[in-house]
Amino acid sequence: MAGPINWFSQIVSITKFGLLSIPQRRGAVAATVIGIAGVVTVLVGVLSIAAGFRQAMTVSASPDGAIVLRSGADSEMVSGLGRDQTRVIADAPGVARTAQGPLASAELFVIINIPKRSTGLDANVPLRGVESAAWQVRDNMKIVQGRMFEWGKDEVIVGAGAAREFSGLDVGSKIKVGRYEWPVVGIFSANGGAAESEIWADAKVLQAAYNRGDSFQSVYARLNSPGAFQEFKDSLTSNPQLNVKVARQSEYYAEQSETITRLITTLGFLIAFLMAIGAVFGALNTMYSAVSARTREIATLRALGFGSGAVVVSLMIESLLLALVGGAIGGGLAYFAFNNFHTSTMNWQSFSQIAFAFKVTPELLVRGIVWSALIGLIGGLFPAIRAARLPIAAALREL
Amino acid sequence: MNENQSNNGALVRVENVGKIFHRGSEDIHVLADLHLQVPAGEFLALMGPSGSGKTTLLNLIGGLDRPTKGSVVVAGERIDQLSDRTLAAWRARHVGFVFQLYNLMPVLTAERNVELPLLLTHLSKADRKKHVDAALAMVGLSHRAKHYPRTLSGGEQQRAGIARGIVTDPTLLLCDEPTGDLDRKAGNEILDLLQALNREHGKTIIMVTHDPHASARASRTVYLDKGQLSNEPVK
Amino acid sequence: MKFFHLIWSNLKRKKLRTSLTLLSIVVAFVLFGFLSSIQQALVGGVAMAGADRLIVRHKVSIIQLLPESYKARMERIPGVTLATHQTWFGGIYQDPKNFFMQNPVVPEEFLAMHPELVLSPEQKEAWLKTRTGAIVGRKTADRFHWKIGDKVPIQSTIWSTAAGNRTWEFDIVGIYDGEKKGTDTTPLFFRYDYFDEARQPGAKGLVGWYTIRVKDPAQAVEVAKLVDQEFENSAAETKTEPEGAFVQAWASQIGNIVLIVAAILGAVFFTILLVTGNTMAQAVRERTGELGVLKAIGFTNGQIVGLVLAESCLLTVLGGILGLGLAWLVISRGDPTSGLLPMFFFPTRDLLIGLGLSAALGLVTGIFPALQAMRLRVADALRRM
Repeated sequence: MAGPINWFSQIVSITKFGLLSIPQRRGAVAATVIGIAGVVTVLVGVLSIAAGFRQAMTVSASPDGAIVLRSGADSEMVSGLGRDQTRVIADAPGVARTAQGPLASAELFVIINIPKRSTGLDANVPLRGVESAAWQVRDNMKIVQGRMFEWGKDEVIVGAGAAREFSGLDVGSKIKVGRYEWPVVGIFSANGGAAESEIWADAKVLQAAYNRGDSFQSVYARLNSPGAFQEFKDSLTSNPQLNVKVARQSEYYAEQSETITRLITTLGFLIAFLMAIGAVFGALNTMYSAVSARTREIATLRALGFGSGAVVVSLMIESLLLALVGGAIGGGLAYFAFNNFHTSTMNWQSFSQIAFAFKVTPELLVRGIVWSALIGLIGGLFPAIRAARLPIAAALREL
Repeated sequence: MNENQSNNGALVRVENVGKIFHRGSEDIHVLADLHLQVPAGEFLALMGPSGSGKTTLLNLIGGLDRPTKGSVVVAGERIDQLSDRTLAAWRARHVGFVFQLYNLMPVLTAERNVELPLLLTHLSKADRKKHVDAALAMVGLSHRAKHYPRTLSGGEQQRAGIARGIVTDPTLLLCDEPTGDLDRKAGNEILDLLQALNREHGKTIIMVTHDPHASARASRTVYLDKGQLSNEPVK
Repeated sequence: MKFFHLIWSNLKRKKLRTSLTLLSIVVAFVLFGFLSSIQQALVGGVAMAGADRLIVRHKVSIIQLLPESYKARMERIPGVTLATHQTWFGGIYQDPKNFFMQNPVVPEEFLAMHPELVLSPEQKEAWLKTRTGAIVGRKTADRFHWKIGDKVPIQSTIWSTAAGNRTWEFDIVGIYDGEKKGTDTTPLFFRYDYFDEARQPGAKGLVGWYTIRVKDPAQAVEVAKLVDQEFENSAAETKTEPEGAFVQAWASQIGNIVLIVAAILGAVFFTILLVTGNTMAQAVRERTGELGVLKAIGFTNGQIVGLVLAESCLLTVLGGILGLGLAWLVISRGDPTSGLLPMFFFPTRDLLIGLGLSAALGLVTGIFPALQAMRLRVADALRRM
């Protein structure tokens, strides 16, 4: 009776024989490994687009940040709030205060046509009018070049992402808004967040240029604590003077990114799934030919007393190892090719461009490795079973 | 009939032929200044110890290989200087091969195997069928026409191999150890068949063998040793 | 064709290996069909744009509105035969995920401008008679099982009625079809007069953008210039461009789809190339002796190359046909993203490209084994039988 240690050493030696024979069938092995690498590259690559987009949309939202829109509006673009309403909102309970007043910024959100650097074609770039609290209601805002615009003056600052993706937004250049020409005086960063895709101006300046009177579209507020949100929300929604929708910034941006994320994720999974099926066929092919090339060797081992279970397990291990090598190559390839690849796309909810970078996150890499392991296991299982079922006597006679 | 052939009566003339193989830095002289004439209608057995160059000589006569020096003339045509392409067409027209291991396509039935050389001709499908049936009848394999090689016995496979060799009615039938892989009984049947092809159908046959039973059936036997031919077996 | 049997028999030699290779090729071409259709859905609109149509929008951005009064001024510009406007309604039917476009238009001139939308004369008549009437494309009608006579409530994210109500109700009076395969039949169109009268007072008389028709497409650029000059230095300056350019700019806002699709397909085909190439190389290697026999029998080098290439091409083209066919079946079931890709279909052009690609794949994967087979020396090959 073979003990577990014996069984284990059987597996080790059969696996070793298999791995040693790889150089003789390197063509087939390379095809499988690269095939699986291809699947993982595409899977991780496509999903990194969605991950990057979501991250850009949500990274800048702090847990104690809230946003208020007109009720029924699904984005700032279609929202509208009067000065009297924004004042009520700023004074609502739960809003953090400093010596200068409440940390709430009533803002305007419009789009302006500026050509993309990559195509030279017009794109909808978001143009935001802000109040002085804008810097405190968001996290990680920083001027990285030039200076902040002067309040009340016809000047703008540009997010780092927008400056990178669209032409004519460098410090010193001017943007044309109708009959006005506004100089760009600074570039700011927002930790890679959505604000980096925007152009900022003083809300009052923007109101004048767009004939908006004294109306706004949204209020960004920082609360005393994340827990103060419910109190803040209740006070606004129960106020008969107001007809508004209150959300945490994180929830709002997550919702904004949902359409695109869903589209990319659906398509990405579909494509990767189809590719994975193809790769399974490739892996099956390789392992079947490995088994048939080693028919006699396996039969000899069986005749010597090696168990069929050991044969199955060691063939599965071989297949799994090949697949994991492929998965690692694919993950690495995706990381080096796509991580932090800068681009911009349309955010459908607000009709405006958002600059972002592909993000190959550890979760995606793990997912890629898991897929490759599954491909390897499926690709190894059937050939291993065939090998285990070989009639020993007949196989020994085979050439 | 060809002029040269009628002039001296030899269908195959091998003159002054030498063949050197290079293995690494070493030169192996397989054939040296070899002469051989085979008249039309002869059944020649070519004997000799293994490694004596029998198969090499057969390949030179069949246009599968070229001599290092000398000339090979078959049916009045000097074949040692033909291009690969012309040589292939020449083989299709003039030579039938029979191999020791039959060399049938495992994926084709007996009749499809026999048909292979006819695919290189302009015969219609119906004509090809006629020739295939005739060849199979001649070797006595008509009842096994639809069988795949793996379901045929060794003797039957060799019959199919011979049928494939004669289906185009070649000038010359070249057999390399045709009985080498068969038992005595099946071997005798194959030899009967070759003899009949020679005597009743006038086929010129050159057969490489190391079996005296086989060479006994030939009309003449020559012996090859150390790259030279002689009419007597060498000790 | 007399060699077909030989080629086919060779393919059947290792049924399992051939089937597995065939299946990976099938998968590659399913992906090809699928990705072509996605690309078509995202950027194909350019090809559907009318050559004689221009789009006029507010110079600063599409969200700024233009006065309704521009229509008359545009139609006075030489070379312009018709001008009509649309406005983005931004409506939601039941759930924000059920995305489709709804725009108020002036029915008669809108239909005259867009002959690619096919509506029966009776339904058109009904639309002209029903103030709250709307027509909807076949795709959206099928999607929500709308029939003529249905009342459809749609919530606008942008427009409220004077009464402050955001839910607008429309009567479906017509269902239009697309003239061509690529025509988008997801939007709903309703009457501008109903819309303008009901919306809040501050917004009356403002529209989203104009479509104008030019007499001679060759003059489109000059006419566009004239239009923009007409409104220069007014409160609402315009930007006019051919419909194709407008659609293209819109599509390119999504990102470089062509590049992404090409990259994915590149990865897929590179992989399949390896798998198929490896199969063919194996097939040739294990057949060395047989190839020697064929050469002995008198097959020329060219014929040997032909046989191997024919075998690999047969495999890939068969896989291509199966894959493209399967893709076509799946794609004709419609948009997999429920509404985000309204123009999702398999273009005939890409079908043909796919077939060409499958033949090319066969040639590329077969050529090295074929050359290897060609270079075999007969005498050596026979020894390896």
